[in-house]
Amino acid sequence: MDLLAFARGPGMQWATAIFVAGVLWRLVGVALLRRKPDLSAPRVAAKWKGLRLIVLRSWPRKEFLGGTAFTEVMGYVFHIGFLVALFFYLPHVLFFADVAQGLLGVTFKGVFGVAWPTLPGGIIYFASAVSVAALIAVLVHRLVNPVKRLISNFDDYFSWFVTIAPIATGMAAYSHIGAPYQTLLALHLLSVELLMVWFPFGKLMHAFTIFAARGSTGMLFERKGATL
Amino acid sequence: MSATAADEKHPLELEGARVSVKKPEVRYDVQGEMSEAERVARAMQNFVKDFGRTAAIYMESCIHCGMCAEACHFHHVSGDPRHTPIWKLEPFKQAYKREYGPFAWIYRTLNLKPKVTVAELAEWQELLYDTCTVCGRCSLICPMGIDIASLVSQARHGMFQAGLVPHELWAVAERGAREGSPLGATPKVFADRVAWLADDHEIDIPLDKPKADVVVTMSSIEIMKYPDSIVATARILNRLGVDWTFRTDGYEATNFGLLSGNTAWQKKMTMKLIDAAIAAGAKTVVLPECGHAYTALRWMGANMLGRPLPFEVQHIAEFLADNIRSGKLRLKKVAKSVTFHDPCQIVRRGGAVEAPRIVLEALGVELREMEPAKGLNWCCGGGGGVVTIHRADRLRYKVYQLKMEQIEKTGAELAVTTCANCRQTFDDGQAHFKSEREMGSLLELVAENLSDGE
Ligand code: SF4
Ligand code: SF4
Repeated sequence: MDLLAFARGPGMQWATAIFVAGVLWRLVGVALLRRKPDLSAPRVAAKWKGLRLIVLRSWPRKEFLGGTAFTEVMGYVFHIGFLVALFFYLPHVLFFADVAQGLLGVTFKGVFGVAWPTLPGGIIYFASAVSVAALIAVLVHRLVNPVKRLISNFDDYFSWFVTIAPIATGMAAYSHIGAPYQTLLALHLLSVELLMVWFPFGKLMHAFTIFAARGSTGMLFERKGATL
Repeated sequence: MSATAADEKHPLELEGARVSVKKPEVRYDVQGEMSEAERVARAMQNFVKDFGRTAAIYMESCIHCGMCAEACHFHHVSGDPRHTPIWKLEPFKQAYKREYGPFAWIYRTLNLKPKVTVAELAEWQELLYDTCTVCGRCSLICPMGIDIASLVSQARHGMFQAGLVPHELWAVAERGAREGSPLGATPKVFADRVAWLADDHEIDIPLDKPKADVVVTMSSIEIMKYPDSIVATARILNRLGVDWTFRTDGYEATNFGLLSGNTAWQKKMTMKLIDAAIAAGAKTVVLPECGHAYTALRWMGANMLGRPLPFEVQHIAEFLADNIRSGKLRLKKVAKSVTFHDPCQIVRRGGAVEAPRIVLEALGVELREMEPAKGLNWCCGGGGGVVTIHRADRLRYKVYQLKMEQIEKTGAELAVTTCANCRQTFDDGQAHFKSEREMGSLLELVAENLSDGE
């Protein structure tokens, strides 16, 4: 079996299995822990159920902006660039459509009446390049900022690597740079699989836990009337 | 430890700007006899003992963005990356991953996270106690929404059981558990003070009434250092015509069990207040001008009791604000500009943001808010037990300067707060920097300005 066939076949299957099982294991492991009820009399009924903090914490308060703007902005830029390339590049969309068809027997258009939008390759390429630039900037910052350097561990650097690798290989495959297209595509797929395999074990899991963490704090703080 | 042995080993200093145990000549920052392995095991067991889903989610969520450093006053003044809030939990984070998290078996099998050592824990004592006031400012910046301050409290549970509490904090906590008050305000001392103050000020101060609608409590700092607060409280409650009492079986709202990390002592102190209030058939328990007392009873009391409290709990500022709103408490106008220092546990974490401002409005003062104020305020640097620890002074004074700059910028004539621990932190800072500015008490300002004279 050549590399591309492996990446498309068993590679993707195994990566998906590990991704799904790992994510579930970690989430369920935490969800099964008990949450002690808070018996104190609430100051206000927590009508937002933590939602306010989930939304509010998406951007720092003005008092904190000075020292955090770089990390915040770069964080948004690389996340958005990554997600644009992931969800709006035609071959990706076709791949997801295939999966949806196979698993659920539905198409996006069949359910919503309109096709999932896609963006031209050039725009995707640009978004990817911006994302890569931002990722490099955050890595440099992690290495030179004394706070970040101290608190960083293997997870931070490896998660960075598995995030930038699919974007970089995707860009190379798109522009046919460095190796035959088949090889580049195989590398791209393998890098995606690496990301999926690592995802449940490291900090990439924040994609899921962020809502639970913010929501939990939001609920606890809201009933006290504490500052969110 | 017997009373005399403790007095000799950890004598109190009640005369200075700060009330604590005297500066120890030889420090004992390690308590009890146990093997190193046992210390580590106890630290971790007690860290995770009360670990619920929420704390576990926090542990799973940190992305090491480092932003929390920006919010912490200790990091702000020291620039030391070790003072990054989440770094203060590093050994506990490591141990969680290794011993407790969903993938602990992988971490252990492959030895991906090394075992935490006693040396590390001892090193972290300074980070978890001397340089954290549990003020919760960092909890407002974390993009993951992690309540870092709550994790520090949890880590202190582990540190206490491992016998790794700073000398002074351990000594006052131990005295609190043994005598009923960390600073020597025993029931007898309290009763004597009340009698003496009642006499001196010719005022009625009800003590040990078997039944009362309102049971009022005090903090040991007020009893020992600011007894005028007792008089002020009595003056206001008498004026309101409330059926109230102090009780020698439940007067001390200070809770060093909470600050030091001993949950059993915390519960013991809290249960005294709850039992006394229940015995009196109280409808309301009024808490003194003390930050952590508010956390301990208002927000943690019911959880200690195991059911909702059968009475309402109010901080004195909330009690005053309610009576102002209902028109029962009328005040004279104070023609001065005032700035208000927000005690972290009452305002940021406790949610009583508006009550002190309602009181100040009723006093007719020109309120000059600091920047930032309310929930975003800078901490005075003395909370969480930090002010008791002499070793922590150097950095604490720097934090204090940050706070003072904020106050001076307002140009206000008076500065007031509603926490006696903040007050003594200011007194101590002023004494250290030989400065004149005083931090007043909101409660006393109200008592001095009751309308229609008394
Ligand atoms: S709770 Fe306050 S003192 Fe402690 S780490 Fe957070 S900001 Fe710093
Ligand atoms: S701000 Fe939150 S996510 Fe960032 S390092 Fe601190 S605790 Fe971790």
